[in-house]
Amino acid sequence: MTFNPWAFVDNLSYMGLGMLGIFVVIGVIILVTMLLNSLTSKKDK
Amino acid sequence: MEALYENFQFLTWQHVVMWLIGAVLIYLAIKKDMEPTLLLPLGFGTIMVNIPFSGAVTQTLENGEQEIGALSTLFSMGISNELFPLILFIGIGAMIDFGPVLSNPKLMIFGAAAQFGIFFTLCTASMFFGINDAASIAIIGAADGPTSIVVAQKLGSKYLPAIMVAAYSYMALVPIIQPPVIKALTTKKERLIRMPYEGRQVSKTTRILFPIIITMLAGIVAPSSVSLIGFLMFGNLLRECGVLNSLAETAQKVLANLITIFLGITIASQMQAEQFLKLDTLLILGLGLFAFIFDTAGGVIFAKVLNIFLKKKINPMIGAAGISAFPMSGRVVHKMGLKEDPQNFLLMQATGVNVSGQIASVIAGGLILNFFM
Repeated sequence: MTFNPWAFVDNLSYMGLGMLGIFVVIGVIILVTMLLNSLTSKKDK
Repeated sequence: MEALYENFQFLTWQHVVMWLIGAVLIYLAIKKDMEPTLLLPLGFGTIMVNIPFSGAVTQTLENGEQEIGALSTLFSMGISNELFPLILFIGIGAMIDFGPVLSNPKLMIFGAAAQFGIFFTLCTASMFFGINDAASIAIIGAADGPTSIVVAQKLGSKYLPAIMVAAYSYMALVPIIQPPVIKALTTKKERLIRMPYEGRQVSKTTRILFPIIITMLAGIVAPSSVSLIGFLMFGNLLRECGVLNSLAETAQKVLANLITIFLGITIASQMQAEQFLKLDTLLILGLGLFAFIFDTAGGVIFAKVLNIFLKKKINPMIGAAGISAFPMSGRVVHKMGLKEDPQNFLLMQATGVNVSGQIASVIAGGLILNFFM
């Protein structure tokens, strides 16, 4: 095990990409779920 | 006669320390009711594998031949190929009711925010470990045992036992870890915000289509996550389809129980003194705690930022429920709300956020696999 403080900065891009990825996927899931709810709510009544 | 005690000479202080660790895990499981289904087998297995020349794990004999141990066999059959955690996911999927989040899908955004700790810990851990080990350690923040095991195993981390111990221990410690972080980041006024539940009826069609569509969406973005999210959603589809009730019940109970029995004790095969008693292990436990704290902080701070723009304010405590530790995290937030105001019921909102955390943590695991595999 070695201590390399610069690795934190080097890997910040993964943090940005990862959080962006999660928000995008969850955002799409929210939209799809809202769409499903609106499309199916009348049908199942 | 000598044969009866000759093994004593091979007993080291490291073995004894591991026995104590095993005993502590069993104590926590029985006395403190901390994830007993996993910590008890893990504790007992730790004792089993730390007996000199234990037949439970593979030993190399003096003539160079290998004597295969049962736990080593189970490890190669069930953990090396990620089979056990993935099958367990079917059971977990069958247990989860996505209703609260389907009736109010906007809550899912907090599940995403509360994965911040994973990626912040990834950067922090990379200062001490190689990137694959750092990513495996960071996924402790997913607060989801099977995801942690799959990611660490796929990335070839040698720290799997420490990661599993940290993941399951901290999940059990959620009621102790989260409240101080939530309190430190919120004012009393914010904790008193009421959120009337506006859930509505969710159609059966939505409940059936949801697991299928989620698998497709998550799989397209992070193909490595298909097995993770797919097995979880397959379990949920069994539950929701309405025609496989007996299978869903088996997945929830018998299947999940069977795998759980073997999961802990099999992971214990890797908890041998020479692999576990290292400074690295302590650091991994510290980084796991760090991930849980920053997950909680990520969810709470995100809710506070949203409140700047929203007319109808959100109780920022529900952001903390976005970590995947289900249902502990949702209950913690609900109890904290009641403590501040006995009429403030946040259970349904917190449960919705908590369930979305389960989905988001699997997606986070898939993204990490995509980055580093």
